[in-house]
Amino acid sequence: MSADNNVSRRDFLKTTGIAAGTLVGGGLIGGLVGYNINGKGTATIEHGNGTTSEAAGSPKAKMFFMNERDFKILSNATERIFPKDDLGPGAIDLDVPYFIDHQLAGQYGSNSKEYMQGPFGEGSPTQGYQSRLTRAEIFKQGIAKMETEAQSRFKKSFNDLEGKQMDEILTAFQKGDIQMSGVTSAFFFALLRAATLEGAYSDPLYGGNRNMEGWRMKGFPGHQMAYITMIEDPKFQKIEPNQLGNH
Amino acid sequence: MATTLPSVDVVTVGVGWTGGIVAAECSKAGLKVVGLERGQKRGTEDFLSIHDEYRYAIRYDLMQNLSKETVTFRNNRKMQALPMRQLGSFLLGEGLGGAGTHWNGMTFRFLPYDFQIKTMTDERYGANKLGPDYLLQDWALNYDQLEPYFDKFEKTLGISGDDKNPFAGKRSSAYPTPPMKMTPMLQQFEKATKNLKLSPYMVPSANISEVYKNPDGETINACQYCGFCERFGCEYGAKSSAEITVVPTALKTGNFDLRFNSNVVEILKQGNKATGVRYIDTVSGEEFIQPANIVVLTSYVFNNAKLLMVSNIGQPYDPTTGKGTLGRNYCYQILPGASGFFDEQYNTFMGAGSLGMSIDDYNGDNFDHSELDFIHGGNIALTQTGTRPISSNPTPPDTPTWGPEFKKQSIHYYTRSFGIGAQGASMPHKENYLSLDSNYKDAYGLPLIQLTYNFTDQDRALHKFISARAADIMKEMGAKTIVPNAEITDYNIVPYQTTHNTGGTVMSSTPDKGVVNNYLQHWDIENLFAISAGSFAHNSGYNPTGTLGALAYRCAEGVVKYSKSGGALV
Ligand SMILES: Cc1cc2nc3c(=O)[nH]c(=O)nc-3n(C[C@H](O)[C@H](O)[C@H](O)COP(=O)(O)OP(=O)(O)OC[C@H]3O[C@@H](n4cnc5c(N)ncnc54)[C@H](O)[C@@H]3O)c2cc1C
Ligand code: SF4
Repeated sequence: MSADNNVSRRDFLKTTGIAAGTLVGGGLIGGLVGYNINGKGTATIEHGNGTTSEAAGSPKAKMFFMNERDFKILSNATERIFPKDDLGPGAIDLDVPYFIDHQLAGQYGSNSKEYMQGPFGEGSPTQGYQSRLTRAEIFKQGIAKMETEAQSRFKKSFNDLEGKQMDEILTAFQKGDIQMSGVTSAFFFALLRAATLEGAYSDPLYGGNRNMEGWRMKGFPGHQMAYITMIEDPKFQKIEPNQLGNH
Repeated sequence: MATTLPSVDVVTVGVGWTGGIVAAECSKAGLKVVGLERGQKRGTEDFLSIHDEYRYAIRYDLMQNLSKETVTFRNNRKMQALPMRQLGSFLLGEGLGGAGTHWNGMTFRFLPYDFQIKTMTDERYGANKLGPDYLLQDWALNYDQLEPYFDKFEKTLGISGDDKNPFAGKRSSAYPTPPMKMTPMLQQFEKATKNLKLSPYMVPSANISEVYKNPDGETINACQYCGFCERFGCEYGAKSSAEITVVPTALKTGNFDLRFNSNVVEILKQGNKATGVRYIDTVSGEEFIQPANIVVLTSYVFNNAKLLMVSNIGQPYDPTTGKGTLGRNYCYQILPGASGFFDEQYNTFMGAGSLGMSIDDYNGDNFDHSELDFIHGGNIALTQTGTRPISSNPTPPDTPTWGPEFKKQSIHYYTRSFGIGAQGASMPHKENYLSLDSNYKDAYGLPLIQLTYNFTDQDRALHKFISARAADIMKEMGAKTIVPNAEITDYNIVPYQTTHNTGGTVMSSTPDKGVVNNYLQHWDIENLFAISAGSFAHNSGYNPTGTLGALAYRCAEGVVKYSKSGGALV
């Protein structure tokens, strides 16, 4: 959310995906914990330590994806999986796409701690992942396939589709209906879904879970040294999250 | 060319719980011990930034690097076995402390019934309860014979527990430390099980309830309930593990030489004696021969069996003829249970690896199986180990797996749902076994070990029955929605289940029924010992390490005894 111009209160509600009607229903206040709609009509995200989201977060730069279109396809797909709603940010605002991009450039993307020697048999589902492809290769191919699929179904780029149309394509991937090479589309989708949740909820040190908003939404306090003094307490404990590096 | 090193009294292959115990006991007895560990040194000082779910729980940073070595798997003999390319069903250990560094610490003793399972089952239900395909056998030691070793293991770890389990075997002394703290969730479980006339007790825990000094003089700190325990090392030194107990004890004697990055590839032998081991320095690539008077395999279930197979020691099990003992009786764990969804919010993110309450009313032969088509059962528990947000996304039935509704429900129920789970016992079956793979190799050119395993009818019946009991308890606890675990069909190596693999190098009363005798001494090669949960003839309805630790002390006693007297100990 930019703080630069006159985003109206109404626009803010629209861009966050919160229906204006929710306000009237009174469900919004609870759902907006951590948000502050200030007098000027702009939104910031407050943190216990007084910083705002504009000040925190990691640099938005890519180390794996090379072009904007592919990165945007990834971004849109993750947002469909984990959308912005009245509880809080979705994958894009949590920087999940950057998290995935960084992971694909490293050990995760190159499967360097996994057994990657042939021969590669197809096997049965009970035998698990048997592809010769690394995760980086699977994502590259999967993202390209999402674009081809968008073109053939809707004659548009994936990035120009309506949400519903994106969902149709993602569902086809999930069902294994899209022909991929060396891996099933169902496996690619499972990877994409898992990586999205990982990006939403891992420590912000990996570049996702921006400002710990994923944790805040979920009520997970992150890195706390101890719960010994409160674990017997019958009450539910609301604890402001803490991240590694804030020892 | 391999460099031959000076000979020592004892060499252990791997330094986790079992290797650490053998090293401590032998070095205290004055024997010179070398511990060869393929992984690296690590300990409490390395765990200051351990509260990182992604790195440790999702990407398995403390666990076995599968690019070097894994297992191959198939459900049955007709299938082509394929490598487990990513960790999943079980999380193999690597590095000082082995899997014991990142274990939960639930430390049970198997039931008296377990050790005489064949005799007692036949007596109560007749000789044919399970049929001839199940390779049920009594263990080579009974509960009373093992009691002193259980006691010793629990004192080394400082186990925290109560004495409220009416089904437990007789104890020679109380638990060294009091039970862990009660939480609202556990109280609710206690109340519900009591209402159902069951007998709840606190899970015996190696997350220690108060600072404790063990008989070897090692101090274990008090657990802080940090919620990052299972799959993590403890930054407080409060979770008993080999690197804070038996390993420092061994090092203090001056008799223990601990070598890292040392991957053993062969047990060397001459005639019917082992002469030492051959290993590879994984950093320099150099090959060494470590001669020893006694070789002890402490490299977990899979590699204990594999090293015997690649070194041509013992007769591999053949499922067609039923002959051979090496690889036989591989068992695992069956996981019945039920999830509950509540209106109230719970502090699910707080917890400790073995914080929990459980019942044994449906474990072992503590209930009548006359009208049931299975034997044994499982410990049913509510554990509060600390749920974390990447892996815990509970949703009620029929919720989509992604999108707005998924997000909403998984966030809502993250603190409003939990499971009651059982560790179902696993009985040996003639088609479930370990062997060597003929297609796939490890980084050192050795064949991978091959696992042929599937759930059996016994497992399916047990699972269904115990899941229904877990659902009963959930109902009594007042859950709004109750979802019993889906019935099991075929074993799948992808989702995490437990690292409670057992069998393959069974301890037996006679050489035709197993690989080692009741001192864990090899039947054919008297100066070779093998200790792991591979020694179990079946797996009980509990976590294995309490019983494994007891057997490791028994093994260490055998090694010391043999160093003095020589010869077969049985
Ligand atoms: C997440 C998790 C939770 C668990 N929770 C519990 C629990 O609550 N209660 C319970 O009872 N059990 C639990 N367990 C199981 C428990 O950790 C194991 O039973 C126990 O650690 C086994 O000890 P071990 O000495 O046999 O093997 P390990 O601890 O695995 O040690 C074997 C060592 O040998 C080394 N090694 C292997 N091959 C070679 C070779 N060729 N050369 C040199 N070194 C080698 C390995 O690197 C390793 O360090 C858990 C396990 C996991 C993974
Ligand atoms: S829960 Fe307790 S024993 Fe486990 S890691 Fe945290 S402090 Fe250590």
